[in-house]
Amino acid sequence: MIPTLRPKLELLSPPLLEKILGEAFLILEREGLVFENEEARKIFLAAGMAVDDDTGRVRLTRKIVEDSLASTPSSVTLYDRSGESAFLVGGDEVHFDPGSGGIRVLDHRTRRERPPVTEDLVILGRLTDALPNLHFQSTSLVTSDVPQIIGDSYRVYLNLLFSAKPIVTGTFRVEGFGPMRDLLAAVRGGTDELRRKPLAIFDACPSPPLKWSRLTSQSLIDCARAGIPSELISMGMTGAASPATITGTLVQHVVENLAGLVLCQLARPGAPVIFGGSPSSFDMRKGTTPMGAVETMMIDLAYAQIGKALGLPTHAYMALSDAKTNDSQAGYETGIGAVLAALAGINVVSGPGMLDYESAISFEKLVIDDEICGMAYRLIEGIAQREDPIAEHLFRAFDPGLNFLTLPHTRKWYKLEHRLSTLPDRDNYDAWEAAGAKTLDERASDRIREILEKTPARLPAPGLVEDLGRIIGEDARHNGIATLPALEI
Amino acid sequence: MDQLIASFMIQSIVDGDKAAATALAQDALIRGLDPRDVIENGFIPGIRKVGGLWESGEYFLPELIAGAEAMKAAMAVLRPLLEASSAARLSLGKVVIGTIEGDIHDIGKNLVAAMLSANGFEVIDLGADVKLDRFILTAEETGASIVCLSALLTTTMLGQRRFLELLRTRGLRHKYKVLVGGAPVTRKWADDIGADGYGENALAAVRAAKALAER
Repeated sequence: MIPTLRPKLELLSPPLLEKILGEAFLILEREGLVFENEEARKIFLAAGMAVDDDTGRVRLTRKIVEDSLASTPSSVTLYDRSGESAFLVGGDEVHFDPGSGGIRVLDHRTRRERPPVTEDLVILGRLTDALPNLHFQSTSLVTSDVPQIIGDSYRVYLNLLFSAKPIVTGTFRVEGFGPMRDLLAAVRGGTDELRRKPLAIFDACPSPPLKWSRLTSQSLIDCARAGIPSELISMGMTGAASPATITGTLVQHVVENLAGLVLCQLARPGAPVIFGGSPSSFDMRKGTTPMGAVETMMIDLAYAQIGKALGLPTHAYMALSDAKTNDSQAGYETGIGAVLAALAGINVVSGPGMLDYESAISFEKLVIDDEICGMAYRLIEGIAQREDPIAEHLFRAFDPGLNFLTLPHTRKWYKLEHRLSTLPDRDNYDAWEAAGAKTLDERASDRIREILEKTPARLPAPGLVEDLGRIIGEDARHNGIATLPALEI
Repeated sequence: MDQLIASFMIQSIVDGDKAAATALAQDALIRGLDPRDVIENGFIPGIRKVGGLWESGEYFLPELIAGAEAMKAAMAVLRPLLEASSAARLSLGKVVIGTIEGDIHDIGKNLVAAMLSANGFEVIDLGADVKLDRFILTAEETGASIVCLSALLTTTMLGQRRFLELLRTRGLRHKYKVLVGGAPVTRKWADDIGADGYGENALAAVRAAKALAER
């Protein structure tokens, strides 16, 4: 049997990739970058780096960057809430998860954006849990009915209750790390167990150009020590917060991400790190950051290629759209992004469900995007030979009346070879009309109702529900919040 | 003023040529031209033309910013030599601007600051991550009439509401017009918290500030 070719997309030629890396190393060593976090600067100083406490500037030698790269694991294995299902984040594995950090939800009844509340996160958790092509869940919405101060830990609390999938999240405050880690450790039964079986990835974003804030540096340090994977999210904006050229933005991306990676490795050698990002092509008319622009996707594909060349797991914000509603723009930007990300073998792809840059979540879009992700997964499975001979035997004693529908070969292979999609419209016109002439958005809405009615929430064991409730309750009280929204469990 | 010199000045702003704008302003002073005349007939038509090119879709943000920066450079040369009465007539007033504490995003804020300054406001830019108190202290010290609060994050957006509350508690609300902006900010939010104005982009912010200044 001939091995199946895994289709693979690369945009950078080897010499161009080397040149980008070379310039990045030069900047790290010569210009350095700013770390606003004092503990981070102490860590760099202790490692013998040149540190200027007045400006916060830290310069990193080529050697320390190379040593750090050598001590960073080339893959991370995440485990779901049960600790039984494992997900390899590395190689050319692809895992889609909903886009994260939405501050608005597109209400499926009114078709208008509004601030999200606890119930939205509950629904989102249940939907994500039920949709087969989303391997991870994210803390996708910032709830408006709970004070912002505990917004980061509260999201993780809800995620852990309503979906068993691994989580992509991040801190809003330095103090948020403790309760978030405690929630995760409670699921595993201890911090050592959590280290052995990571349940969540924490995103940390440098501030372009060339700066790591107090909050995000601390997140890197805390995660490294706890064995929680950090996802480095450099986010250049071409011509605004990073050079206008794609290659120029890539140079800055590499500098920022590598500096974060070095901090993780100095905080704890061997700490899991994912080479990610959320850069964008900057719209010079609107002053916005279109995630659906093809140049944004090109930057994503290229830095992921660089991350792979450095032997690191990778991440990108792709498969999302800048549209405000589930229109054609939402579909084409998401579809193109998902397919490209999958072809590039990006390990964690955050985006499904997201509209309006990275600010709004639509449940209908999440359902539609799950279908897109399914197509992308099928595509990268590639074309397998399946049988030897392939088909020659089917044509022996060829009869012009041959009907493939009746062949055992058909029944043996059709389900393995073809996805059986039910969401896209594949009716003939009359059947489509007879079924209510529904748009994709409407069919997605039906699917949401169906999932919520027929698929009960996969809640954790009652004892764990109680433990998680106690941890979030303490965090709330500690921050002067007397009550949290009631949950139906 | 000489038409040819005026056309050079206009062109320096349209081209976003800071060095040329500065040199032309200095040269005008050496020739003994009236700084007010130079501003009104040399440079202001330039920045208006930049605005027009933006509105017509020919100019993009880099050209807009370059024009604003060139204007700022020329004004830095000319303003100190204006007579007090002319200075007052040419200035639309002082504006204190910054991104609220906890927020380090300042691209949008910088854009607004540059456009306000190019359009005749005296801008005191406090930068990013600015404590609410500092906005008030600076406004009190400089005699500013407008305070612009920028926020990119939903968390820091709440600071805009707190700022207005702070002004009210200190009995200073009547003294200042407050403009809010930033990616998560909407007109509804601005209305809800009782802000005086809101701009969804830099030019809208300038229009809002002008409307407030003329009141």
